[in-house]
Amino acid sequence: MERVPILKLGRFLLVSIQIDLEDRTVLTLQEELAEEIVRTGARGVIIDISAVDIVDSFIGRTFSTIASMSRLMDATTVVVGMRPAVAITLVELGLSLDGVRTALDLDQGMRLLEASLDGR
Amino acid sequence: MSGETGENPIPDLLHSRRDSVLDRWVELVNEGIRGRITEREVRTELTELYGLVERTLADGDGTAGGELRAALGEISRNRARRGFSPTETAISVFSLKRAVREQFEALGQGGVFAEFGVFSDYVEDLGLETFEAYAAAREQVIADQAEQLLELSTPVVKLWDGILGVPLVGTLDSARTQVVMETMLQMLADTSSQFAVIDITGVAAVDTEVAQHLLKTVMAARLMGAECVISGIRPQIAHTIATLGIEFGDIVTKATLADALAYALEGSGLRVLSRTDA
Repeated sequence: MERVPILKLGRFLLVSIQIDLEDRTVLTLQEELAEEIVRTGARGVIIDISAVDIVDSFIGRTFSTIASMSRLMDATTVVVGMRPAVAITLVELGLSLDGVRTALDLDQGMRLLEASLDGR
Repeated sequence: MSGETGENPIPDLLHSRRDSVLDRWVELVNEGIRGRITEREVRTELTELYGLVERTLADGDGTAGGELRAALGEISRNRARRGFSPTETAISVFSLKRAVREQFEALGQGGVFAEFGVFSDYVEDLGLETFEAYAAAREQVIADQAEQLLELSTPVVKLWDGILGVPLVGTLDSARTQVVMETMLQMLADTSSQFAVIDITGVAAVDTEVAQHLLKTVMAARLMGAECVISGIRPQIAHTIATLGIEFGDIVTKATLADALAYALEGSGLRVLSRTDA
């Protein structure tokens, strides 16, 4: 099974998904992210899915879980770079990724996190 | 051709062996259709045609000729709607020839025409081939034009850095909304625009279906990290939406494009000042 690397970038954690996601991969990512947030004391998580072609309902729900989990540990989650086709599919599936913030690209995602941290 | 059938062998045969020819015709057409139309329906159609052909050939009846063309037109339209190809439709008519020839052969009157019949079938196939190719080319042209029209009618324009405008005009159906949605989302991604203003001033009417399409587009943009503002809600449209009880939720709606642009500018952290204020 392939693993997704988690990188620390300042106060944030960066996860760039470059592979086709399997259910097990996302579950492992979810566990590892939770541990990393605690270990590093990160205040934000950026998940870059600009290279992901397919997001199914399970993966979408897992993103929601990751978001609410990290919020409990005082970290904001931003999903960035979702492709138009993926967004359309998720809407057709009736998924709205509750609790997940989104941004068009990594740059805007970073700015969003900075702004939300400054706001507090 | 010589024989006891006299001077008009074909109309005579059509009349005298009506049942056998008609049965064989129905059988041949059914083979080609492969169950897409019931045999009863085919028989009803062909019986009507047969009667008209018989009348037209027998005494050159003008009214029968007109009726025959009308019936053929009706059958063709019917087949076209059910997705039959031009060849499959034309074969229904051509099969009559084979049914008649087989009857002549059965009567021992095939003669020299037997060989010519085979050749005639062959030429017919060639003709149908050109006809089919021609129709396919025409359909391709029509499909291309429809696509171009779809693209033409759904422009996505840049209003400001990071703000896109999508003026919608005319009637919104699923196909068009799909195109609008895809074009807009792609532009959002390409230009990293945070705002999109969907202006529905030119939309004739908003019903639940159109509202549903708009909501989906806004949700998809939100998933990508952009915000949509819907503008150009005219009083009648506002009335319709309120009466239908359509819930736009937390989606920002504005009366005019100018209001929406002002909102998007403010959201992007920009302010428009008049020269005297500065």
